[in-house]
Amino acid sequence: MAQQMSLDVNGHAARVTVDDPETPLLYVLRDDLGLHGPRFGCGLGQCGSCTVHVDGQAVRSCITPVSGLKPGARIVTLEGLGSPDKPHPVQDAFIAEQAAQCGYCINGMIMQSAALLNETPKPDEAAIRQALAQNLCRCGTHLRIVRAVQRAAGTL
Amino acid sequence: MNAPHLSRRSLLLQGSALVVGFSLAGRNAAAQTFAPVATNGFAKPVAPDQVDSFLALGADGRATIFSGKVDLGTGIRTAMAQIAAEELDLPIDRVTVVQGDTALTPDQGPTYGSLSIQKGGVEIRQAAATARIRLVQLASERLGVPANGLVTENGTVRPKAGGQGITYAELVKDGRLDLKVDPAVATKDPAAFALVGKSVARLDIPEKMTGRFTYMQDYRVPGMVHARVVRPPAIGATLESLDETSVAHIPGLIQVVRQGNFLAIVAEKEWAAVKAAGQIKAVWSKWEGLPEQDKLWQHVRSTKVTKDDVTSSTGDAEAALGQTARTLEASYDFAIHTHGSIGPSCAIAEFKDGLLTCWTASQMTHALRKQLAAMTGLAPESVRCIYVEGSGCYGRNGHEDAAGDAALLARVVGRPVRVQWSRADEHGWDPKGPPTLIDLKAGLDAQGNVAAWVSQFHVPEGAAGNVPLVAADLAGLPHETAMAPGNVIQNSALPYAFPNVRTVCHRLASTPFRPSWIRTPGRMQNTFANEAFLDECAAAAGADPLEYRLRALKDPRGIEVLRRISEIAQWQARPSPAKEDASGDVLRGRGLSYVKYELNRTYVAGVAEVEVNRRTGQVRVPRFFVAQDCGQIINPDGVRNQLDGNIIQTVSRVLMEEVTFDRGAVTSLDWASYPILTFPDVPVVVTALIDRPTEKPWGAGEPSAAIVPAAVSNAIFDATGARLRSVPFTPAKVKAALQGT
Repeated sequence: MAQQMSLDVNGHAARVTVDDPETPLLYVLRDDLGLHGPRFGCGLGQCGSCTVHVDGQAVRSCITPVSGLKPGARIVTLEGLGSPDKPHPVQDAFIAEQAAQCGYCINGMIMQSAALLNETPKPDEAAIRQALAQNLCRCGTHLRIVRAVQRAAGTL
Repeated sequence: MNAPHLSRRSLLLQGSALVVGFSLAGRNAAAQTFAPVATNGFAKPVAPDQVDSFLALGADGRATIFSGKVDLGTGIRTAMAQIAAEELDLPIDRVTVVQGDTALTPDQGPTYGSLSIQKGGVEIRQAAATARIRLVQLASERLGVPANGLVTENGTVRPKAGGQGITYAELVKDGRLDLKVDPAVATKDPAAFALVGKSVARLDIPEKMTGRFTYMQDYRVPGMVHARVVRPPAIGATLESLDETSVAHIPGLIQVVRQGNFLAIVAEKEWAAVKAAGQIKAVWSKWEGLPEQDKLWQHVRSTKVTKDDVTSSTGDAEAALGQTARTLEASYDFAIHTHGSIGPSCAIAEFKDGLLTCWTASQMTHALRKQLAAMTGLAPESVRCIYVEGSGCYGRNGHEDAAGDAALLARVVGRPVRVQWSRADEHGWDPKGPPTLIDLKAGLDAQGNVAAWVSQFHVPEGAAGNVPLVAADLAGLPHETAMAPGNVIQNSALPYAFPNVRTVCHRLASTPFRPSWIRTPGRMQNTFANEAFLDECAAAAGADPLEYRLRALKDPRGIEVLRRISEIAQWQARPSPAKEDASGDVLRGRGLSYVKYELNRTYVAGVAEVEVNRRTGQVRVPRFFVAQDCGQIINPDGVRNQLDGNIIQTVSRVLMEEVTFDRGAVTSLDWASYPILTFPDVPVVVTALIDRPTEKPWGAGEPSAAIVPAAVSNAIFDATGARLRSVPFTPAKVKAALQGT
């Protein structure tokens, strides 16, 4: 049964219609709201490409049913974090470190790292590696990603 | 479709070298074809001998470069812009790169084989240099100044002596140069390079870091609908019955499409297609055509050999082997691997007015166009493939197959169809890097030098080419049946000057899964065997592995990369194993490996450091050193990024990766069952680049993967005295090898 929902995405109220309350947030963000930041990687919560912030926490949107969100939950995607003209410090650091190859996984890397730095502003290298342990990268950009997070934390 | 019925078995347990003569009876003689695309008011040529095929100079002072080679995440969009801007004397921010559009870009061959810069970039450089000379000629006529009295700078031609210049846009009003590329054109003196050789920041990175980039998976077409494919549970199973009512209740369902064994769900919204694909009731036949996994190597060994390729023959190796002081013998194997793209494959196709347009992340749009034409019965001129960057593919993954799915569905549904593969589709149905088995023998003379070397590689027949499309196979539409595993015989021969050598590739009639090239195809597996077995010879001779290689290496550039690797890795000359303190659980060692890619280009040497836990069998690679000479470097930071990527991806392959399967299908269908290396275990990579600006530029996207498996195997041997000859080096295999020492 189609149902109307109101979501707070990147600081804006977004009205969407979903056929199925179990629809994962990822599909709503990508298909209904046209966002490109959160990415489909596995649909299983294994790779992290779909990561968004919900009330400041890194969440895997591919396994988060849209109906499971608390009313008024603040959803932030990679687009909401910053823009090419005004990047978030973590995005800025990733650009400075040229921390991408294909870049498909990077949404998750940045969103997970930004959430980490909110909790732990000065993580050491081992803590960064641990925080990203459930985020997969196939191109092998890990070392630059870790350096970018260190740069964003001001610990490089 | 009046397509000939093709044997699926021949494709699945793939082997037959027959190329089926495509019936094109279905092709409409009066078929619609795409009109040439107009740029600046004239038809854009794509012939690879025309300058206008490669570049267009705009009235706005910008240049557009048309590249048949595409950026698969390796950074070549930026590198191509550097090459063109350098040769045209334009600021790089006035260069736009269009890639892989069959209506706009010349066919420069598929983006594989580490050839983008080496071939594609050089062709663009020649086109740009030819254009620049014409611009100077035109300016000479307009300004009345001899050509040798003019210089190009910042998009203008001006007299060397000073005075008013004239812009390219003014010189070429409609952007058209209408001249042939001069392959012998004098290109810019490397001493004058301002952009080439510099670490120019990647053009795509700011958009990718902020969610503004449009990947194939993000691409949308007006009126588009969503599809998911439903693959057979066993590769060769046939669809016996289907209950369409099982998904009829799903809102937004448009159609269940069945054609032979091809099954897919089309829906207005993506999630509806996902749900229906999971819920549809279909009955498939039983099929158990795969070998038992634990007998894979017996299966490979007993597979029919269709021919032998002798890849090198020096002296009389077999005879010499009988006369040496000492002989060694070993077999190596490398498991079936998947590409492992993080984003499953995706494509969109639209049929309109008899024309097929396909948006695709294919690394080979020109070849895909021909495949889609064959499959649909259209003329190639009625098909346009447009490249949109996807998730990294590391060889021929599922991108082309998703395009085939989309083309089939778009025709049936009559609307543009987007096909997004699931994770299980990608892990289960992308073509696989075939299993590789290698037998080696060496004879050492009294000094321990290799006097005879005989090796036999058991690899599928076929080379690079078109990998058959899954949709065409399942639906019984025309498709290739020959295997295309890539040029997997490369680097079976050796870069060393041994007196008696014979290297033979037994080409197999079949292999368990549809094969294709995974990054560094054959070169990675073959170099594993060659460089690890050579290490066995060095150990038998009691020689230092570096010194042992240098004894037989005559190539100065090869010697130079080995010298550099020994510097950065602070190599201590001594034989392996290390025989150091063995009181704890963790043993440490280092291993060396070397390759001259395809024996005619990029040189790489690497040193792995390992930690082997002899109690658990767990291997870690904390650090990896790599030195590379790929000739003239276009973008050093881009090359370092590729080195990191190759080392890390291949350490993952070597330590962990293996496709698992039962008698019917792949069973490693997600990241839990096919794990890859994660952050805590990623090695620090230390790189040394040897730049040679006056030499030809060679590939950097693949070669360094080749050295990784042997370096790790050699390091484990150095640490423990146990020799790992079977990739992946799982804890179970490591423990078994340790028990044998």
